[in-house]
Parts: sequence; C-alpha cells; structure tokens
Amino acid sequence: MSATALRDVSLVRGAVERFLYDEAALLDEWRLNEWVDLFTHDARYVVPATDDPLGDEATSLVMISDDKARLVARASRLLSGRAYRESPRSRTRRFIANVRVTAFGEDSVRATANFTIHRFRDGEHTVYVGRYLYELIGTGETFSIRHRRAELDHEALRPHATVSIIL
Amino acid sequence: MSQPRIIDDRERAVFRVPRASLTSSEVLDAERRAMKKSCWFYLGHESEVDAVGAYVQRTVLGRSIIFVRGPDGAIGALYNACSHKGAAIAREPRGTAKHFQCFYHAWTFDTAGRLVSRPDDAGYSPACDVAELALSRPARVEEYRGFWFVAFEGDIEPLIDYLDGATEILDLVIDQSTRGLQVIRGSVVSAVRANWKLVIDNSGDGYHGSALHQTFRAYLKSLGGPRDSFIGGSLPPRDLGHGHAVIETASPEGRPVAKWDPLFGEGAREEIEEIRRQLVDDHGQERGLRIADSLRMMLIFPNTIVVDAQTPMIRAIDPVAPALTNLNAWALGPRDESSAQLRRRIDTYLTFLGPAGFGTPDDVEAVESIQRVMGDEAFIEWTDVSRGMTRVPTLIDEFQTRTFWRSWQALLDGVYPIPAVATPELAPVAMASAPT
Repeated sequence: MSATALRDVSLVRGAVERFLYDEAALLDEWRLNEWVDLFTHDARYVVPATDDPLGDEATSLVMISDDKARLVARASRLLSGRAYRESPRSRTRRFIANVRVTAFGEDSVRATANFTIHRFRDGEHTVYVGRYLYELIGTGETFSIRHRRAELDHEALRPHATVSIIL
Repeated sequence: MSQPRIIDDRERAVFRVPRASLTSSEVLDAERRAMKKSCWFYLGHESEVDAVGAYVQRTVLGRSIIFVRGPDGAIGALYNACSHKGAAIAREPRGTAKHFQCFYHAWTFDTAGRLVSRPDDAGYSPACDVAELALSRPARVEEYRGFWFVAFEGDIEPLIDYLDGATEILDLVIDQSTRGLQVIRGSVVSAVRANWKLVIDNSGDGYHGSALHQTFRAYLKSLGGPRDSFIGGSLPPRDLGHGHAVIETASPEGRPVAKWDPLFGEGAREEIEEIRRQLVDDHGQERGLRIADSLRMMLIFPNTIVVDAQTPMIRAIDPVAPALTNLNAWALGPRDESSAQLRRRIDTYLTFLGPAGFGTPDDVEAVESIQRVMGDEAFIEWTDVSRGMTRVPTLIDEFQTRTFWRSWQALLDGVYPIPAVATPELAPVAMASAPT
C-alpha cells in the first residue's frame, strides 16, 4: 500500500469516527430530530432479531426495519412524551469503538463499528452490545446515512424485553 | 400462609384478584405444580422441524426440551439431558442431527432418543442395558393441525379435549392458507420483569388500547390509515372452556391475509384480493371474510397466546420467578407465499408488535411498572377486574381476563377445568340458566 493510499484510508476512517461520535452524542442528548436529518431520503435503519442477527429484513422477523418515513415517526413518537417506555426518558451513554472502513469510493463509505450502550432507568441498568454496519454518503466533510444496521450480540433480550431507545 | 384467592362476586358484579399472587414464590411453586398436573403447553410448530433430524431447543416451565423430527419422520420431544450424567446433549439452539452425541462421555443417541452407543460398553452389566438408558421424554406430546403441545402428566386428557373451543379459533388461523403455515425465521426471545400473569392480562386486555397506544393510533392516522374504531364489528369476548378465551374484532388495519389497505400500495391490491377471493371460495362468504377481516387474540390456558393481528403469532409466556417471565414469540405465514407478501407481513408486524414496535414497548412498561411499585410485599391488596360484568362484554371489557383468573383459581383448588361462563355474568337468573 502506498503512503498516499495509507493516508487516504486513515483520513476516511478519521472522518467516519468523527461522524459516529457526533451521531452518538445526538442520540445520548435525545436530539432525535437532528439525528433523523442525518439520513438520506432512501435510507433504512435495521435491527435484526437476536436469534437471526444476519437475517434480511425481507425474510426474517427483524425488530426494526425503518424507511425514512417510519424513522421520522419513530423519533416523533419518542419525543411525544407518550412513548411510555421512554417517558420519562432513560439516560444513555454510548461507546463506539473498533471503527473499520470496509470500502470507500468517490462519495460513499462502508464502515463497521462496535457499540456498547448503557441504559439507566427506574433503578435498572441494562447494556446493549453489538456492531454497526453503515453505508454513508458524502465526502467526509459531511456524511449522510443511507443504511444503518445495528446487530445485537445478545442471545436474547433478557432482561431488556424491549429495544425502546435508538440503538 | 394461606394462598391468596380471587373474589368472584356475580351478585354485586365485583371481581378482584389478589396482588399477593404476583409477588410470592410460594404461589409460583403452587402454580407450577398445578399446571404440570393439568395443562398442555405450546412446544412448537411442525414447520420448525420439517426435515428428518431437524430439531429446536425449547424451555417449557423451566424444562429444557428438544423438539425434534425423529428418524422415522415422527415429531416428538426429548428432555435435553444425557441419561448418563445429565449434560445437555443438544448444544445448538436449532439444527439438523442424525445423532445427539453427549460431549461429556460420548454417549450417543438417535433422534428418537435411543442410546445407540457408549464407549467401553463391556464395562456395564446387563442391568444397565442400552435399552434402559434412552433419553427421558415428557409424558405426552400431541398436535393440533401442526401446532405441537407438551404435557408432563401421563393421565392428562387428550390435547383435542383440552383445547376445547380454542380449536375453532385455531382453525381460523390455520385456514388462512391451504398450503399450511410456517414459522417465519427470526423470533422474539425476551424476558419481562413482571409476573407471568400480568403478561397474560396485558395480552388479552382491549381496554388499554386508546390510552396506552395513542401514539400508535396517531402514527396510523398520520399515514392516512384507518380511522375505524377497534370496537366496530367486534364479537363479544368468549369463554372457550378450560380457561381459554378469545376477543375478535374487525381489523382496523389492513391484513396481508386478506384485507387490502391503501398503506400496502396499489401494487399489492391484486394479490391480496385474489387471496381474499380464494378464502371465500374455500370457506364460504361468512367464514372466508371472517378469516380475512377479523383480528383475534386468544389465550390458550394457561400460558399460550395466539395473536392473529398483522400476522399470526404465538407467544409462550413462561414464568422464571415471581417477577421475571420469559416471553418468546414466533410469527407465522403461509408456506410458499410470495416474497412480496412475506415482506408485507413482516413490515406490518413490526410497526406495532415486537420488542421495538410502536406498541409493545409500552405494554412492557405498563406491566413492569406494576411489578416495580408493588415491590416484594404487594402492600395494596386487590386489582379490580370487574369491568363489563353487568353486560354482554365488549372488546374493551375484562371478561377474558376474568376467564383466565377463574381457571387459575380452579387450578390451585384442584378443580380445573371448570365449565365455561356465559355472559352477562351478573344476573343470578342468567347464571342459573347459563349452559354449562
């Protein structure tokens, strides 16, 4: 690998990391409308079933498969004060790590990252662990999310029962 | 300590259930003993074990069971414990096996549970013959049209008798397809921090919809979706015998089987209407349209819920501790349905149902909040379940919940099953003339 290519990869990874950290901050701060604005119009956000983590949303009973319209509705529901699992809101803190750029072209990047999300509410502390798969559109100054998939490592949602926050 | 009891006062139309039954491990022990003696439990669907040797692991009332299709093609159940020292012999949640070989001492069993080999067989006397050391199995496994149930007591009544009036409702679910149903891959595997009876109560409760789920209604409305009331076209909730109960109503939303809705898009119209015509051809106008248009929620006592809303689902509700309940759910669709229909089915399911839908998380919040504020002591004695006792019950009454609790009481009193209760429940005259 040439020095230029090496610099390119680390530049791209740096830009992706910066973007993912900023995104995590929006979610931890419940700035969900701003978060939704990060997505392209043809975007999709998917959370597969815990017993079929590689499952396709067309054939597997995934937990979430949101297009942009449902993503907007999800954020607005969560902010409405009447999504009672998150009203009052839980406190969350996200840790993003092991960011890997798996492919990049002129105006798109594919990346994976590991996540740990701590959720606190009503005396309970639950943890969500897994990996993200992203398809980002943009040049690095600004990215938009075209595809965002959060695969949980948990064998079961025990004792979480739900995924009420944005993973 | 005396066991908490329900109040079922049909003269004053008052029905109360004791909150102490939601926090006590003595009660849970008594429930488990009584249920194992008198009840059938959902185990799995035939489509999960289509091939010879196909198996899935299940846990039913704390017992680890292998649901498997044996070498002769017959479906059965084996306890997942080696007959030697008891190590787990199925190690994967699901798979296909010719043999189960215990990883501990390499005892090997076929998928019918027979011990076929063990190292150094000469070290055993004839009294320890391999024929004596087959895997243990639950006392009974029986099916109703592809839905398999397990029982732990050999002299329990046959499944078909136990299901009682529930078969009519299961038929409406199964007859959605002439090709049979299959479980869709991916399932809900979760635990709720609440007593199992609160999860049952919530599943059959039509009263909370307009309050708890107003964000879901608002979402549908924002899409230009249905404005029908849930109540329109509903049948009175029914006691189906044996503690089973059903609520059924015209679906306010579209159903992949087989009520087209603008939200599915014009492209889906022809396919869904063809399914609808086929249902009417096969089952007649009335029954065909009931299959197509109505949603139904049924409790098969004590802990199996059949939800036939956006797509048929089976929920198995398994108590772990007084305040912890395993909740597993599987969705079904017709075998060989088009990929477009399957996609629609999954997509309508996940708007409301599922651990991240627009409805279910708030249901979980409700039952967990009850459990949390109750603490260990259940310091407030009663929960009221009296709604609708004075009338023929509607979808938003609590008749179906009372049906569950009456059989719960009968179970603990050793008199289960009790006759179905007719409605209205109030008038002594009506009671006296009620068919039993």
